[in-house]
Amino acid sequence: MSAAAALAWQGARGACLALPVLAAAVLAGTMIGETSLAPDLVLSVLANKLAGAGLPVDPVDQGIIWSYRLPRALVAGACGAALAVAGVVLQALLRNALADPYILGISAGASTGAVAVTIAGLGGGALSLSFGAFNGALLAFGFVAILARAAGAGGSRAAAAQIVLAGIAGSQLFNALTAFIIAKSANADQARGIMFWLMGNLSGVRWPDVWLAVPLAIAGWMICRFHARALDAFTFGSDSAASLGIPVRRVQLVLIFATALTTAVMVSIVGSIGFVGLVIPHAARFLVGPGHRRLMPVAALTGAVFLIAADIVSRIIIPGQVLPIGVVTALIGAPSFAVILVRGQRTAR
Amino acid sequence: MKIEARSLSFSVRGKTLLQDVSLAVQPGETLALVGPNGSGKSTLMRLLSGLAKPSQGDVLLADQPLARLTRREIAQRIAIVEQQADTAERITARSVVELGRTPWLSALKPWSGEDTQHVDKALRTVEMEEFAPREWSTLSGGERQRLHIARALAQRPGLLLLDEPTNHLDIHHQLSILNCIRNLKVTTVVALHDLNQALTCDRVAVLSHGRLVALGAPAQALAPETVSEFFGIKARWARDAAGDAPFLSFQLA
Repeated sequence: MSAAAALAWQGARGACLALPVLAAAVLAGTMIGETSLAPDLVLSVLANKLAGAGLPVDPVDQGIIWSYRLPRALVAGACGAALAVAGVVLQALLRNALADPYILGISAGASTGAVAVTIAGLGGGALSLSFGAFNGALLAFGFVAILARAAGAGGSRAAAAQIVLAGIAGSQLFNALTAFIIAKSANADQARGIMFWLMGNLSGVRWPDVWLAVPLAIAGWMICRFHARALDAFTFGSDSAASLGIPVRRVQLVLIFATALTTAVMVSIVGSIGFVGLVIPHAARFLVGPGHRRLMPVAALTGAVFLIAADIVSRIIIPGQVLPIGVVTALIGAPSFAVILVRGQRTAR
Repeated sequence: MKIEARSLSFSVRGKTLLQDVSLAVQPGETLALVGPNGSGKSTLMRLLSGLAKPSQGDVLLADQPLARLTRREIAQRIAIVEQQADTAERITARSVVELGRTPWLSALKPWSGEDTQHVDKALRTVEMEEFAPREWSTLSGGERQRLHIARALAQRPGLLLLDEPTNHLDIHHQLSILNCIRNLKVTTVVALHDLNQALTCDRVAVLSHGRLVALGAPAQALAPETVSEFFGIKARWARDAAGDAPFLSFQLA
């Protein structure tokens, strides 16, 4: 078998294993909700919309499935996968078990951008919350990148630590700005609304968000997957990676920018959903070990399924009310992670 | 593979760590690098491996400037074992050695049976085959060191740079690793603390305060006068009852 064929075979086999699981998760996401809908109904709607089958379906049900639940499940999946992969990449690159997609100041910047638009009235109401969040995220990331560069990251042995420290400084600064804006001009309702958004919210998700989130998640995944072997080489630090032939600076730049951009877009669509990017990578590592060629697909799949499931729970756990998804991810995630942590420790002995 | 340093200097933040060092290592030769703590051994290693760029001077690898090679091309020619490379990842011993194949792999050239053979051979060389499935965190310092050496061997380098490879090793493994290094066909530069071990290499270079102060055949470069002067002790040749080769004996000056 030629090298290219072997690669294609690997990819095809992976897709065959992952796609049914993903499809099942998305199907569950569209079926389960305040009104439960039968799977054949969901499939009929899909047949109508995608293939023009013209099957008889109640237009209300069709609207719920096609305009609300399906885009919501797809975005949750894309977002979960992207955050988990970003977490895997940053933990490996920065050699820090506590690194998550927000470590470069992205979530703090996004919240500042969001409150600047919604509360401080930046742009006079012409700008959307996502626009503000996205630009805030980029601004904060730019600040962190420049600070890390000025502090001597890149090349030097302590580069990873400098990036993490710059990220912490940036996050603190932008969190303080957010708090300042809220304290200065928000009323109680606005403050509550913003808090809800900060914990993650998929309620406003529609098809245009799908067309942004899904291709971006796939593109981000491909860039990161392409660098899997390079990430393995970082196991013993960046010097060791360099001595194994990895162009360390370039790989760091490409991967940090790719993860920052993906995360910034995801945050601007759904708010800063915590926990997924931090914990899913660790959970996936417990499942398949630290080798990135297996770890990355498993993390992406776990992240996607986990966030779709968390979204379902957030919609049904309190009748008539939707919980912020970040609350659910932490409430389910923390105990299950504790179990994995303890189990992993036992098998290691 | 021949490597040559041409008047290398290296300074960081105004402090000169290495000054005007020139030396050449011939193909197949094993050069021992000795010197007191902070004499610039590790710095010279990093410059020779291209991990750091010299402030002045050039490194030539097989008569080609190192600066003109890409990281990957360098890694296909030079392998380095640095001191104290550690990880918190739950990686197996075998995967550590497999990392050595990184410079030879790409998207279009995935892992093959040949790579497996190189890994097996490297594990055998350092006597670590039985440890292959063990997790990194369960290994002793010496076992980890041997894996790093195996990783470097799996790179199939033409030049091997070892920064104090016998640190953390018990005497049996010190001797067996050194023996293994000397018998390798690759050119080797090895930084050592044990001067009597340096005596067994082909040639010895002595560094002191960032300068090359002696270079030549072991008995000549490590003459007791030289050793006494640069290490601040009193050295003399000694022989034991059974031995034929003299060794160095030390006491405080």
